[in-house]
Amino acid sequence: MDGLRIEELCFQGIGPLNLSVSPGECVGLYGPSGAGKTLFLRSIADLDPHEGRVFLDGTESAEMAGSEWRRRVGLLSAESGWWFDTVADHFHSPAPADLEALGFGPEVMGWSVSRLSTGERQRLAALRLLENRPNALLLDEPSANLDPENIDRVERFLHTYRTGRRIAVIWVSHDREQIKRVSARRFLLTRTGLLET
Amino acid sequence: MKIIPLSPQDLFIAALLVIALALLSIPMKLGLWRRILAAGLRTAIQLSLVGFVLKALFEHARLSWVVLAATAMLLVAGREVMRRQKRRFAGWRGYAVGTVSMFISSFSITVLALTVIIDIHPWYDPQYAIPLLGMLLGNTMSGIALGMDRLTQTAWDQRTLIEARLMLGHTWTEAIGAIRRESIRNGLIPIINSMSVVGIVSLPGMMTGQVLSGTLPVEAVKYQILIMFLIAAGTGFGTISAVWIGSRRLFDDRQRLRLNRLKAGK
Repeated sequence: MDGLRIEELCFQGIGPLNLSVSPGECVGLYGPSGAGKTLFLRSIADLDPHEGRVFLDGTESAEMAGSEWRRRVGLLSAESGWWFDTVADHFHSPAPADLEALGFGPEVMGWSVSRLSTGERQRLAALRLLENRPNALLLDEPSANLDPENIDRVERFLHTYRTGRRIAVIWVSHDREQIKRVSARRFLLTRTGLLET
Repeated sequence: MKIIPLSPQDLFIAALLVIALALLSIPMKLGLWRRILAAGLRTAIQLSLVGFVLKALFEHARLSWVVLAATAMLLVAGREVMRRQKRRFAGWRGYAVGTVSMFISSFSITVLALTVIIDIHPWYDPQYAIPLLGMLLGNTMSGIALGMDRLTQTAWDQRTLIEARLMLGHTWTEAIGAIRRESIRNGLIPIINSMSVVGIVSLPGMMTGQVLSGTLPVEAVKYQILIMFLIAAGTGFGTISAVWIGSRRLFDDRQRLRLNRLKAGK
C-alpha cells in the first residue's frame, strides 16, 4: 500500500499505535499536552528509539539509513534549529515563488538568523524542509507562533505541496479549528491510544 | 658537576608556601583550601612512592615489570580523563574511550621513540621508557580530556541544532562535524601554544631537570625538541581518536542523537 503506514508503534510507554495515511491525505492529530504527540512524530521519523514498524510507499524505515528515511519523511518540529549565521546558508536555492507564498521577499536570504522572529523562523523552517522534497510530512504545530495572516499562508503553502505531490501528511495542532480546516480525518492521542473523532 | 641533594628542610620551606596559599584562600572564600592541601599531600606521597618504584624498576629492568608499570600509568590516566569531563559516557565506555585512545597514541609513539629514534638496548630500558611514557601520557591525557569535555558538553547544549539537522536528513557526521572539529581544536590548542613559546617564555621541566643535573644544555635541548614533537603527535592523534570514537558513540546505528548515553559527572 502507498502512503504512510504505522504498525504497532510503541515508544516511552505509549502504544501500540496503528495508523495509515493515504497519498495526498492529511490526518489531524490532537490531544492533551504530555500525551506524546511530539514523541509520536519523532518515532515515525526514527529520531527516537521505538518498537513497531513504519512504511512509506511500501518501504520500511529499517531498509534504509536513518538519514535517508528522514529525507523522505520530513519532520517539521515546533522549535526550529539554525546553525549557520545567515539564512541563505541553510538553503540550496529556494524558488522566489515559494518565498513569496510564505510572505518573504528574496532579500530574506541575506538576513542573519539572529534577527529572525520566532514566526519568521517557523515559516522559513517549513520552506527549508520542503526543499528536500519529502514524500511524507510530519507537522508539529507548524503555525503555533504565527498571526492569522501567516497561519493562512502556511496552511495554503503546505496544502499546495501536499496535493501537488500527493504526499501523506500528519498534522499536529492544539487548535481544533485548524485541524478541522486542514484534515479530513482527525485523531485524538491519549496515553491509551489513537481515537478517531 | 653533580646535582645538589635536597634535604627534607628544603622541601619543607617550599611546602610552607603552599600552606600559605591555602591559608590565604580561606578568608577569600575560594573554597579551595582543603583541595590545595590534599593535592599537595598527594604530590608528596605519590612522588615519594614513584621514586621507590622507579628505583626498583631500574634495578630489575625486565619487560614484564615495565609493562606492568606502563599499564598502571595508563589506567590511572584513563580514570583522570573520565573524571575531568562534566558529562561523560555512562558505563564502561566512559572509561574506555579515553583509555583506548591514549593507549593507541601514547604507547605506539613511545615504542617508536625507544626503538627507532633513541635506539636504546634493551628497548624497554625503564630509565628511558617510563619517563618518556609518563610525559606523553600526561599531555595526551590533558588533550583528550579537553576534547572530550568540549564534545559532550557542546552536544548536550546544542542538541536542538543537531537534531534539527538530523530532521533535515543530514547524516550523523554532517550533524556533529562542526562540533567535532571544535572539540579537536580545543584539545590541540594548548600543545600548539606551548610549542610556540617553549624556550622563550617557558623552560620545560624536563630540560630544566637535565640541565640542573649537569647535562650539557645542547644535549638537553635536543631531548626537549624530541619530547615536544612526540607530545604534540601523541596529543593530536590521541585527541582525534577519542573525539572521533566519542562522537560516533553519541549516535546509534539509526543515526539518532543518543544523549541518554551521557551522564553528568561530579
